[in-house]
Amino acid sequence: MKIGIVCPYSWDVPGGVQFHIRDLAEYFIRLGHEVSVLAPADDDTPLPPYVVSAGRAVPVPYNGSVARLNFGFLSAARVRRWLHDGEFDVVHIHEPASPSLGLLTCWAAQGPMVATFHTSNPRSKAMIAAYSILQAALEKISARIAVSEYARRTLVEHLGGDAVVIPNGVDVEFFAKAEPNPEWQGGTIGFIGRIDEPRKGLPVLMGALPKILAARPQTRLLVAGRGDEKEAVESLPKELRSRVEFLGMISDEDKARFLRSVDLYVAPNTGGESFGIILVEAMSAGAPVLASDLDAFAQVLDQGAAGELFTNEDADALAEAAVRLLEDPARLAELRERGSVHVRRFDWSTVGADILSVYETVTAGAAAVAADERAGGGGGSGLRARLGLARD
Amino acid sequence: MTATLIWILVALVAIGLYLSWTAGRLDRLHARIDAARAALDAQLLRRASVAQELATSGVLDPAASIVLYEAAHAARQAEEEQREVAESDLSQALRAVFAEAQQVQAVREAPGGEEAARELTEAIRRVPMARRFHNDAVRAARALRRHRKVRWFRLAGHAPFPMAFEMDDEPPVALVDRAA
Repeated sequence: MKIGIVCPYSWDVPGGVQFHIRDLAEYFIRLGHEVSVLAPADDDTPLPPYVVSAGRAVPVPYNGSVARLNFGFLSAARVRRWLHDGEFDVVHIHEPASPSLGLLTCWAAQGPMVATFHTSNPRSKAMIAAYSILQAALEKISARIAVSEYARRTLVEHLGGDAVVIPNGVDVEFFAKAEPNPEWQGGTIGFIGRIDEPRKGLPVLMGALPKILAARPQTRLLVAGRGDEKEAVESLPKELRSRVEFLGMISDEDKARFLRSVDLYVAPNTGGESFGIILVEAMSAGAPVLASDLDAFAQVLDQGAAGELFTNEDADALAEAAVRLLEDPARLAELRERGSVHVRRFDWSTVGADILSVYETVTAGAAAVAADERAGGGGGSGLRARLGLARD
Repeated sequence: MTATLIWILVALVAIGLYLSWTAGRLDRLHARIDAARAALDAQLLRRASVAQELATSGVLDPAASIVLYEAAHAARQAEEEQREVAESDLSQALRAVFAEAQQVQAVREAPGGEEAARELTEAIRRVPMARRFHNDAVRAARALRRHRKVRWFRLAGHAPFPMAFEMDDEPPVALVDRAA
């Protein structure tokens, strides 16, 4: 099968959606499918052979922060060329509602289109104004995938219609087989995420740390992720700061080893999560998980059966739960066990097969994807098509 | 005078183009519904065929075989108006027959059973998918067709008002629980 995948975010910036697309593409290539990924990228970044650059993304203020997006005439032309050269059986668009490559592809293509909705943004004012514009493009999508029941619910509320739920995939083996690092073992709590992004929840964890250390002074907190380390520990009393170790950005291999080593993985995120891939990775590596009770997290953790949940943004609840777990090796072992069973449904072998079933459902009997002549600037043939259809 | 005429002409052309664009959208949506309906049909038939094969294979006990055979046969032969009910009945029969994990295990252990179980699991997984995609297309088309511009200018032509396909497609727990 010839599969075209559209990535809305810069390939050179690490992020959940990008990793998901990379793993998905590589999974399909291993199965013998032809895959091409269209992604924004700087001209000088080295790209894997299956990625086609759609040009550099432009930083613009969007939805309350600065987003790097692709739009305009040149990007649209590149999308068209990619569609034309690729002759795909199916095009899989990620984040079709963000004003970037995904939306452009929706607009410029016709034929079997699958779309995955990753985020669950609350409805923005721009979205309401743009609803009719969006609708005309989004209604071309033949199959919608939401990454969680939560993402599906927001999708249904904001855009109407329906979607199937297929979770994000994880290479379970990769994490399960990693070698633990002795330096990171022995009463350790792990945290992975941007230090300076409050929604990742490090401040909540820092707020809980004095209580955890009071009960278990030997505990160490290991923090992996980018950001200002000094600022992060500012809220801590000076004598406790030595119990926090910053590892900076870590590689995928180190991430797996990290998760294999820690005694407890804490995900104190305060919001903005629609899935929680890191929890799945932690469970794959056999790390017991303690997470805030966001809808998305509760779902990934099977409502608390595969990992413990604490009240969101409540540092005391976090501290209480962490101490209780660290003092109960039997419970930790039980969580490890349950997590590694539960996580199998997120393995690429399951997730990839499901996504492939979606492709097969929408391509059965349909023509291949082509550039849509009707969408803007189609010229004479486009007008003829219009008149021809108008006669109907 | 001429200027007014030109403006009226421009406005009429603009309205015409907009209406033709809307008609194009609608046409595309109808094509999407047709494709989704064909896909749904294919998945439903596939599910019924696999169920019938299993029922006649002798792997299941005679009572379960008859229940499954009856339901699968009825689903394949159902008239269009009875289709949703017949397919829901098949879902119920499948749930009843494959309620226990041991039953699935027994099918897997029979010669060729591994493949049959896989085909059935796949078919059962794909029916709700295809149905969601179909109903999603139906909803989009209905939303557009209810719009004034479409009703007043009869842009939908003679195409029938699209209907969602409603059925019970809840899968048997023992078949879809991959974690087990």
